Amino acid sequence: MNDYLSLFIKAVFVENLALAFFLGMCTFLAVSKKISTAIGLGVAVMVVQVITVPVNNIIYHTLLKEDALAWLGITGVDLSFLALLSCIGMIAALVQILEMILDKFFPALFHALGVFLPLITVNCAILGGSLFMIERDYDFTQSVVYGVGSGFGWALAITVMAGVREKLKYSDIPKGLEGLGITFISAGLMSLGFMAFSGIQL
Amino acid sequence: MSDTKKVLTDPLVNNNPITLQVLGICSALAVTSQMSTSLIMAVALTAVTACSSAAISSIRNHIPSSIRIIVQMTIIASLVIIVDQVLKAFVYDISKQLSVFVGLIITNCIVMGRAEAYAMKNPPMASFMDGIGNGLGYSLILVIVAFFRELFGSGTLLGIEIFPLIKNGGWYEPNGMMLLPPSAFFIIGVIIWVFRQWKPDQNEAADFKIMDISHGEGGHH
Repeated sequence: MNDYLSLFIKAVFVENLALAFFLGMCTFLAVSKKISTAIGLGVAVMVVQVITVPVNNIIYHTLLKEDALAWLGITGVDLSFLALLSCIGMIAALVQILEMILDKFFPALFHALGVFLPLITVNCAILGGSLFMIERDYDFTQSVVYGVGSGFGWALAITVMAGVREKLKYSDIPKGLEGLGITFISAGLMSLGFMAFSGIQL
Repeated sequence: MSDTKKVLTDPLVNNNPITLQVLGICSALAVTSQMSTSLIMAVALTAVTACSSAAISSIRNHIPSSIRIIVQMTIIASLVIIVDQVLKAFVYDISKQLSVFVGLIITNCIVMGRAEAYAMKNPPMASFMDGIGNGLGYSLILVIVAFFRELFGSGTLLGIEIFPLIKNGGWYEPNGMMLLPPSAFFIIGVIIWVFRQWKPDQNEAADFKIMDISHGEGGHH
């Protein structure tokens, strides 16, 4: 149990996908102008991350890993080079399915997430989460915990960033640094803050 | 000919994918703590962008627009798998250091962005050049960032000692923060600042301006 807790804390703070690995930066910078939209996107990323990481975990372990096809009586086959293609295909398909399900059964949520859902397919944080899961060889439970943690961490980072930027637009910034420049510098300062968690041992 | 040159050089400064279009920051900044990894990453991305743009452009008239994203994704993912396998075969150490970031070229917005914005409308050769140009613009930023991070973070360039470190009997105390992620944000922020001082037309319009109150009151004292 303790392992899972420490994995969760690590995924949220120390190895924050946005601030420590720069994943999902394009959307992170583009959609963090208002807190409400940032929260919407954060929730959407979290939902997709929670589903895709475990699903990719199952696919990888039952189909692609070396000798994973043993249950079919085929041995000596290593399809792990296909992991990239299967992950991205899986993510694109899942996002599409999720969109249809939400549209049919939870229209309110569907309208709240709106334009963000299709954008998530090309969000590197989602693919990054799945690839990290493969590289670190998580088992199924770990992958669930990692999916929740990393999704939550990303949502937290973009919400905080949006809070900072909402205040920032009223300040007097040197010419040339306005907009993108100052956003990068504030993201750097936030990332520095998140680094402070790296000493924590659980 | 001048067209080709423009397509190639425009993305370097005037229309840089990172500092102006804000694309492709996603996957790559984590690899800039060393020159060698970022050079490999830059070459890999340029190759993928150029080839995928050319491939997508050559079948652009046959892709139904409703499934174009999936088609583009598949082409890009296949190219990235090839790059990944080549790196694993020839520079295994560096491919280990790059870890998941080679795979993340798939979702790099530069590749998708160029496919969507340029390759779908232009012939293969021009798209190939456009891919190379944008790849180079990205490489330029990547190499500048890596140069500062490796030089000040560990006193070396491409692994060759430039500043002798104190622990080896020299005089330079390495700045550990340069090796941590925040420094990459700061360096890019400063690069954007420099670019915009140099080319003022890249400045963004501010949401709010600070008014000079004395003018509001009539301006004379």
